Amino acid sequence: MIKNYDIIIIGGGATGAGTARDCALRGLKVLLVERLDFTAGATGRNHGLLHSGARYAVTDRESATECIKENMILRDIARHCVEDTGGLFITLPDDDLDYQKKFVDSCLAAGIQADVIDPAEARRLEPSVNPDLIGAVKVPDGAVDPFRLTTANIIDATRHGAEVLTYHEVTDFVRDGGGRITGVVMRDSRSGAVSKAYSQLVINAGGIWGHHIASLAGVNVNMFPAKGALLIFGHRINNMVINRCRKPANADILVPGDTICLIGTTSDRVPYDSIDNMEVTPAEVDILMSEGAKLAPALAKTRILRAYAGVRPLVASDDDPSGRSISRGIVCLDHAGRDGVEGLITITGGKLMTYRLMAEWATDMACRKLGVEAKCVTARQPLPGSEPSEVKKQRRLKGWRRAKSHIIELSTDQKAAEGRHGTMSREIDRKDPAGESLVCECEQVSVAEVKYAIDVLHVHNLLNLRRRTRMGMGTCQGQLCACRAAGLLAGEGACTGDSLDDLASFINERWKGMSPVGWGETLEEAQFMSWLYEGVAGLYD
Amino acid sequence: MSIQQFSNISSNNFEQCVKCTVCTVYCPVTAVNPLYPGPKQAGPDGERYRLKRSDFYNEALKYCLNCKRCEVACPSGVRIGDIIQQAHMNYSHGSAGVRDRMLAHTDLMGGIATRLSPTVNGILRLTPVKLAMDLTLGIDRHRTFPAYTPRKFTTWFRRHALKRQDRFTRRVTYFHGCYVNYNFPRLGKDLVKLLNACGIGVDLMKDEKCCGVARIANRLIKQATDAAKVNLREIRAAVASGNDVIATSSTCIMTMRDEYPHLLGLDNADVRDHIMTATRYLYRLVENGDIKLVFKPDYLRRIAYHTPCHMAKLGWSVYSIELLKLIPGVELSVLDVNCCGIAGTYGFKKENYRYSQAIGKTLFDSIAQVNPDIVATDCETCKWQIEMSIPYRVSNPISILADALDVEATRAANNI
Repeated sequence: MIKNYDIIIIGGGATGAGTARDCALRGLKVLLVERLDFTAGATGRNHGLLHSGARYAVTDRESATECIKENMILRDIARHCVEDTGGLFITLPDDDLDYQKKFVDSCLAAGIQADVIDPAEARRLEPSVNPDLIGAVKVPDGAVDPFRLTTANIIDATRHGAEVLTYHEVTDFVRDGGGRITGVVMRDSRSGAVSKAYSQLVINAGGIWGHHIASLAGVNVNMFPAKGALLIFGHRINNMVINRCRKPANADILVPGDTICLIGTTSDRVPYDSIDNMEVTPAEVDILMSEGAKLAPALAKTRILRAYAGVRPLVASDDDPSGRSISRGIVCLDHAGRDGVEGLITITGGKLMTYRLMAEWATDMACRKLGVEAKCVTARQPLPGSEPSEVKKQRRLKGWRRAKSHIIELSTDQKAAEGRHGTMSREIDRKDPAGESLVCECEQVSVAEVKYAIDVLHVHNLLNLRRRTRMGMGTCQGQLCACRAAGLLAGEGACTGDSLDDLASFINERWKGMSPVGWGETLEEAQFMSWLYEGVAGLYD
Repeated sequence: MSIQQFSNISSNNFEQCVKCTVCTVYCPVTAVNPLYPGPKQAGPDGERYRLKRSDFYNEALKYCLNCKRCEVACPSGVRIGDIIQQAHMNYSHGSAGVRDRMLAHTDLMGGIATRLSPTVNGILRLTPVKLAMDLTLGIDRHRTFPAYTPRKFTTWFRRHALKRQDRFTRRVTYFHGCYVNYNFPRLGKDLVKLLNACGIGVDLMKDEKCCGVARIANRLIKQATDAAKVNLREIRAAVASGNDVIATSSTCIMTMRDEYPHLLGLDNADVRDHIMTATRYLYRLVENGDIKLVFKPDYLRRIAYHTPCHMAKLGWSVYSIELLKLIPGVELSVLDVNCCGIAGTYGFKKENYRYSQAIGKTLFDSIAQVNPDIVATDCETCKWQIEMSIPYRVSNPISILADALDVEATRAANNI
């Protein structure tokens, strides 16, 4: 069967998902193709920082302005993915306090609210902040959950007719006699089956992998792979984002994200052929710890859950060895005009914060080429889970539960699920009391939530489930939950591969993140985990 | 590995949890109450969420008995019970109601009730009164308050024992607690008899407040802290004069040693080692040969010893057990460690009664199986619970020792 679409989008990160949604909302027939899982690339490997733009105010005005606009939009359309924590830019005794003035002026010029506050006030607002600070500026930073954000975009895209294929890698383009790109050749990475899909236009939203995708079309997008490493701590020590008020450097942002907090990042150019296998080095761990402790001294005495690294899809311009001074600005390329290759658009550069704007640019360009008039509505239309009209209903439901329940409130896992899925959490089937049993105890994921994820959120293995629900992201890193979840996936017939292989690869992936910080409690936990899996469950190898 | 990594040892006690879940296995509440999330969930797991946002506090935490059995079970030394109590104190909505305040102020209520004891005791035993308290206050109708004494222990001590104490050079300070003072002075008298016979003089504190355990359990933290500060001041004075401070209640001791620093933030490190149960104090003197105990040969009893949860937390039941074993006519069975279910004021509350009795059942059954003449235990609320639930008499080991003691022979052996 030949499949025809208006648009094929390559890449299931925030940008690809956002573009699929935007295109679908404008009435286009969309196919999104992702070689692994949604959020498998840089989208799932960043700070989860809802930038106010202040970080770029001095060095990159354009990005700063984009950030603050998108920041305000996301607070509106993606309420359940965003946490309004507020942020501080602190000046430490080592830093130049004169920079603060320049910083505030630049913020105000970019439209970012920036209030200079007294160091004592900063200590009161955020008790974990380095008490030696000599200056502080309050900005509208926040936290954003990239997994939820991407999933919500995917759900809305599919609600508007988009089709989605995960675990399908684009291996080549289909061209007509004139060299115009008219579709893609895909390989199902699980079955190995090769298939084709046709469209009027293809949008390359592959992030750093977009370089490779472009090369399949014979065009060159010169990417600059900049590795950024981060550490995840066991619990929140701060409830506000803490930044260093100086020129952007290593490990100068501490973000509270859901139940944890993250310190990052580093920035180093890496060879393009290493981007599929990022490992965090001891030197990176060291610099993240020592610089992080300057923001919040308690970090030095806080358990580290794991380390990970992502690769920024920066587009190279001049000769900058670190990539710090490359603009985070959006790059939207029409390869027809640029390279003479009809039918292909590349959307790249940018950042998680500007994913929606990137999608808008790419979709605008696609619509122009296809002669479609529809206007972009993604800046106003809330994502599934964040509908404002649903808020009242949710309250009523709470009241009903309150009346019914002896404990007069939602259980912790129900509250957690509400936080994760917003108004969509109503779709979780709470009728069966057995559904209240916990699968993941650290992150409060219940059986009912897992079943919901399997039904609605495109879950085919444990890794998918983790990204959709936080299952396995907590303190024990899959020790208690992975086995239970594997059983549920198998029972529901949702696991597409062998369950034991899936379990093993999930546990190994957890260990990969734990090993760079494998000491103290994290090492104990890992040892206990290996006893459980090998000794109790008899799972070797 | 760098120096930083060596020093990256978490200062947050709950992060030492490796999720082994043995605490939940040992939790007496989890076993009977499906509404309670269990110590792991309520403690270290829940704490991460509460740090994120305080409204993740779950009212189900009020089902925690504060028995600390989770802490005894934990291989990683996580203070699970403390985390739960702390959350209860910091995040629970609203202030304590009339009932909780009444139950918590054991000394205040006791002070009033002892003056009117015949009337109060009579009234509290009337079925319509119990029913009314059940309906209006939420104190379960199946419960009977322990009888109040017409004459407080301190009054007796001042009139009949104080002078005698001057004869002794070796002295110890006795923290009698609310129960001995207002309900059961006999236990205090037994202790004085026992210590005096061994040549040890008893001092009382100049100003003794309730240890505060009931206030902590009922979230009256300011009141608990005020009382604790007075007690600590008195303890410091006693220790400065060379005395240890002892009590006949394991819970009072656990509270003053551990809850003061952990829950109320009052540092007691300078005197903590001097605060101990009466049986530990006595046993150590016997063990060192400093004192001798001589018992009546005709004191013949079958005794079953029940370890109170807070005694298990202290790790000191061994002292009570070994002392009881010294009595030649005693046939002692040590019961498996099971919570009796009352946990102080907890079991008096209507919403907890059912669970309280369900928790205690294992203990009640094991007592019935041994069928002893007396049940021995170091905790007064265990005594109430057992006596309210099954037809066995319960005594503090100190009372049993005092009963069995041959006073004259003991005095002679200690050269008094």
